[in-house]
Amino acid sequence: MKQTSVLKRISESRLLWPLVAWIIILIFDAIVEPGFFELGIIDDPVYGKHLYGNLVDIFNNGAPLMLVAIGMTLVIATGGIDLSVGAVIAISAAMGAVLINPALGNQLITNDILTKNATNTPLPLIILADLAAGTLCGLWNGLLVSRAKIQPMVATLILMVAGRGIAQLITNGQIMTIYYTPYFWFGNGYILGLPVSIYIVAVVLLLAWLLVRKTAIGLFIESVGINAKSTYYSGINEQNVKLLAYMFCGFCGAIAGLILSSYVHSADGNNNGLNYELDAILAVVMGGTLMTGGRFSLFASVIGAVVIWTFTVTVYSLGVPANALLAAKAVLVLVVILLYSDYTRRWINRFFERRGPQHGTTN
Amino acid sequence: MAQRIKPLLLRYGPLLTTFAIFLLAYFIGGRLYPAMQRPQVFFNLFINDSSLLLVAIGMTMVILSGGGGIDLSVGGVIALTSTASAALLRSGVSPYIVIPLMIVMGVAFGAFMGWIIQTLKVQPFIATLMGLYFTRGLAYIISLTSVTITDPVYKNLALTLIYIPFIPNAYVYPTTLVAPLVLLVAIYLSFFTRFGRTLYAMGNNEQSALLMGLSVARTKIGVYAFSGFCSAMAGIVFSMSLLAGYGQFATGMELDAIASVVMGGTALSGGVGNVIGTLFGVLIHGTIVSILQFNGTLSSWWTRIGVGVLTLIFIGIQSLFYMRKKHS
Repeated sequence: MKQTSVLKRISESRLLWPLVAWIIILIFDAIVEPGFFELGIIDDPVYGKHLYGNLVDIFNNGAPLMLVAIGMTLVIATGGIDLSVGAVIAISAAMGAVLINPALGNQLITNDILTKNATNTPLPLIILADLAAGTLCGLWNGLLVSRAKIQPMVATLILMVAGRGIAQLITNGQIMTIYYTPYFWFGNGYILGLPVSIYIVAVVLLLAWLLVRKTAIGLFIESVGINAKSTYYSGINEQNVKLLAYMFCGFCGAIAGLILSSYVHSADGNNNGLNYELDAILAVVMGGTLMTGGRFSLFASVIGAVVIWTFTVTVYSLGVPANALLAAKAVLVLVVILLYSDYTRRWINRFFERRGPQHGTTN
Repeated sequence: MAQRIKPLLLRYGPLLTTFAIFLLAYFIGGRLYPAMQRPQVFFNLFINDSSLLLVAIGMTMVILSGGGGIDLSVGGVIALTSTASAALLRSGVSPYIVIPLMIVMGVAFGAFMGWIIQTLKVQPFIATLMGLYFTRGLAYIISLTSVTITDPVYKNLALTLIYIPFIPNAYVYPTTLVAPLVLLVAIYLSFFTRFGRTLYAMGNNEQSALLMGLSVARTKIGVYAFSGFCSAMAGIVFSMSLLAGYGQFATGMELDAIASVVMGGTALSGGVGNVIGTLFGVLIHGTIVSILQFNGTLSSWWTRIGVGVLTLIFIGIQSLFYMRKKHS
């Protein structure tokens, strides 16, 4: 009796499917590439002793996507969608680069400044400005959705189109290289041998989890996603719940932008966080959160992001060109679609039902 | 009298607003830059935006079908069509085989996405996103670099000038004429056929369209197939105008197309709007780009910001019109 209930709990858990997908990919890696799981310790002259290996890379490079997926989960749970996260990443990255670089805009950058390792603004202020910019973008989206009652997809599409323009406006159309070493710590640094970005994801995930599971906000978000009108009639300010979700998503996008620009040492309005909105939505869908809103699981979304990034690293390590990765990703999406569709579920159920009675008759 | 005018105004209000804003934008452009008053500049809008117009026509039909209908794969299909046709032409296949083949491919791919959306009940957003990834990836698998086209038929079509009668020094290319022709087909389809009426019915309320006994499933798959057709045509036009095929072509065109559709007065919730509005939406987009080009000092990112702001304005106008409609 107890066994079945455990089995049932496992099979009904949201974490099951993404975990299964992850394990399948990892098994595939183990077979195709024996060296995939190798971990080692390297003594880096700049960042000290730290772990290295594919698994560390997956978590380090996948950190921005995980962050964005956390924010996106809350937005999708309210029945919305945020297409602008890629643009928010670009804006946040541009903001950081502009505040650091002493040479602004079209001014000629002399070699002296490039090697000076200088910054125009103290680091805490840069971080604050980055986060403020992202949250502001989220606020804008949230106001459009909750107050102006524009469809989430359209409302965030505006920032998706205009946002990259704004990012380019901030950096004056240039790809700005960053030469300020302390800034690199977010994307490249290590604490106790593990990448800093992992800790950042953990902290944000913990904060989000406390916010939604230890206060009533999570319940509010789910109820807004299931039925916004009845939520309103039961005395909850559904507008502010939505606003909060979008602002949090913008906030997560800003942190992702910070890590990403720190990782690549530059800010590029056109390419920073390209296609991140799509990957993040895919991660959330993989985590079992319905696009129509309602119940959600932050952990499942993060695992979804890990699956996507593991898949990416796997495809790269097979020697597939980076550009052709898109086609492989499409196949992944198709498999996910098929696994999650009612059509397949019904088919599987029918399969089991047909087997069930047969067992009964033979016994 | 007022009672009679009001519904008309509500019905054609968004379309008239779009038209007025296009005229206004063009007028301002003409005042700022006298060179923009030349008739050729107007025809250049069609020449430069012919593939955007084609894609936007297909997108309009998809969005009209409602239920969150959207086709994000258009840019990818353009990239795939251009690359595949360039690769086929390079290996010596006749263009008279390549062009129909590409169209069949586009239609088949669109229908496949429509089938996924209809049968597996997948959100159009996700299904067409897969389409975007798949087509763009496939284009890169065919060739990682740009493939040039040297086929004489393509070259002829790309470089022949057709002079506009009665207007001196104004010309278009043969490829420019494709988009207006497809626009006519789309107008016919949406206003004069059973397909079009089903489209509007299911866009307004899919459930009641189903209960009325309309063939919702067939229409939904059909509309995505039509969008695939438009994208494939756009891909052919694109590859002819640039005489090349490349996986990076038309990046972000889906966004421009959606923005143009919205500017054209089509509601993204489906069932409201038409393809004629989309034409003006695309023309507004082209006018913004031309003004920026004539200015010369304004940088390209202002196009994006401009399109974003205009989309916002149009959504505001739309909600104003439709809110009134619901109250009245």
